[in-house]
Amino acid sequence: MGNIESSLLNIGYLETLSYQQTPLHRLDPRVKLLTTLIFIVAVVSFGKYEITGLVPFLIYPVVLIAVGNLPPGYLAKKILIAAPFAFFIGIFNPLLDRAVLVQLGPVGISGGWVSFASIMIRFTLTVSAAFILIAGTGLNAVCLALDKLGAPRIFVMQLLFLYRYIFVLTEEALRMVRARALRAFDGRGLGFGSYSSMVGHLLLRTLERARRIHLAMLSRGFEGRIHLLRPLHLHRGDVVFFLGWSTLFVLLRRYNLSQWCGAWIMGLVT
Amino acid sequence: MHMADALISPAVGGAMWAATAGLTVYSAKKLKENVDEHIVPLMGVLGAFIFAAQMLNFTIPATGSSGHLGGGMILAILLGPYAAFLTIASVITVQALFFADGGLLALGCNIFNMGFFPCFIAYPFIYKKIVGEHLTQGRILAGTMASGIIALQLGAFAVVLETLSSGISELPFSTFVLLMLPIHLGIGIVEGLVTAAVVSFVWKAHPETLALVTTSTPGKAHSHKPLLIGLALCAVVAGGMLSWFASTHPDGLEWSIKGVSGQEELEAPKAGVHGAMAWIQEKLAFLPDYDFKKPAEEKGGKPEEGMAGKEGEQAGKGKEEESWPAVSAGKSLAGILGAALTLLMAGAIGFGLRRYYAQGKGIGRRPSL
Repeated sequence: MGNIESSLLNIGYLETLSYQQTPLHRLDPRVKLLTTLIFIVAVVSFGKYEITGLVPFLIYPVVLIAVGNLPPGYLAKKILIAAPFAFFIGIFNPLLDRAVLVQLGPVGISGGWVSFASIMIRFTLTVSAAFILIAGTGLNAVCLALDKLGAPRIFVMQLLFLYRYIFVLTEEALRMVRARALRAFDGRGLGFGSYSSMVGHLLLRTLERARRIHLAMLSRGFEGRIHLLRPLHLHRGDVVFFLGWSTLFVLLRRYNLSQWCGAWIMGLVT
Repeated sequence: MHMADALISPAVGGAMWAATAGLTVYSAKKLKENVDEHIVPLMGVLGAFIFAAQMLNFTIPATGSSGHLGGGMILAILLGPYAAFLTIASVITVQALFFADGGLLALGCNIFNMGFFPCFIAYPFIYKKIVGEHLTQGRILAGTMASGIIALQLGAFAVVLETLSSGISELPFSTFVLLMLPIHLGIGIVEGLVTAAVVSFVWKAHPETLALVTTSTPGKAHSHKPLLIGLALCAVVAGGMLSWFASTHPDGLEWSIKGVSGQEELEAPKAGVHGAMAWIQEKLAFLPDYDFKKPAEEKGGKPEEGMAGKEGEQAGKGKEEESWPAVSAGKSLAGILGAALTLLMAGAIGFGLRRYYAQGKGIGRRPSL
């Protein structure tokens, strides 16, 4: 239960982070959304055995975390919490793909381990990019960007509504959980019977709440759609941000920076 | 069941994005046509209800684990397919952004797997058919169980297909299917039971609620012709993209060939063991040779070619179809060194930027948790 409450608090914290005033937060949300997507596509488009080519991409999250004054430790913890799925699917690779791919001195590293490492690096990069997007922009601004980029209006409204009511309803559910836990001795009363009527009641309250909200909206002149009229302006900084990062991603995708650096050092040493 | 970005290829992710975007636009259009506006706040609040309901759970007797509501079917039953699809899409988007449950590129896959099957397959073709116009307790139970189980099985199967056609995971088809389907059968049964309990609770307490929702999506809305045309278009686009990617990235094709031969290996383990033994032998024979060459390698990048040749030969003998990268030792050493260096550089840049902004622009302390 404490677990759930802290995860709820975590959403709130991501939102709080997005209220900051830094160069990252001042950028146009559309630019940040598109750059994030390009970054993810570039990272994911590498071959399955790629490691060295992926490492230079870390520059993007690192720079954004620094500029956006985001807490690296907290983001790392969130990434770790999300890791199990990719980990458990990826861990089969070393078991199934045993052909030696890389020979480092006497140690042969199998293709499976290489592709597993590649999966985990991809995972870290893509997940951190998504967290940075939300911590550096905030969901409301992301929704605004989605709307301006042509997503169906009703979907954008749905996202905004959902986000607004997650907190309200989750707190209601948590109160129910706490009340039941306090009345359940020795695990009794935690079964299916009480559960189904709790969920049913929660649903009825939810429907009732939806009716009240609708009435409140009607009395404020709601006529079927929400107006999201907040003007967005592209500044020179936004264009530079977008073009700069996209060019860098294309270059890093095309040329393996790690390999070059390594070759250069080996050249110096010998 | 949320797929991560790390496990899919851009071709699969993009194709599923296109399919999901098409479905979203289609649902939004349908919703605008024939549903009154009261559904808008209802959708929002019910989406939040799914989150809230996942906080509640119950202990499953004799297993020690606990179950909770997944949510796809109950939304379809309460809202009808179009509104439910949009609601599920928004729930999964929030999960992706705030919890990293599934990535942004995988969003298309995830929304399709968890939204399309309950809303457009299980609800109209199974739940509706079983439950019909006149609700009874037994029909609700049968309908939700069947539709819940089938929606989850289809979704899990789609996860398998999408993961395999991305070619990042090494799991063979049969193993992956045997892993996913039984797990999701269990989840589907729990989901069906919970959905049945909630729907019949609402039906008993507030019968008009269910009636209201079911009548607001009239039966004629289930003409799936435009939907099928849209899906066919998506498939054509996806096919085109896929073939383009396949031609620029031959490793994807190679992988699929390997996937097929991998299955053959499972059926004839003798050959596999034999192959492995031969390969180990070769490796043992190869090592002294390698050690002998080591000093030469340190002098310069020269032996790279020879090494690459050997390496390629070895890989070729060990596993006939594994012709992908013949990486030489010198090259991989350089790669690792370079990666470490770039990592250091990235760290230094980040640290420097943080210092610069903290001093120069006077950014205040970060809000604390």
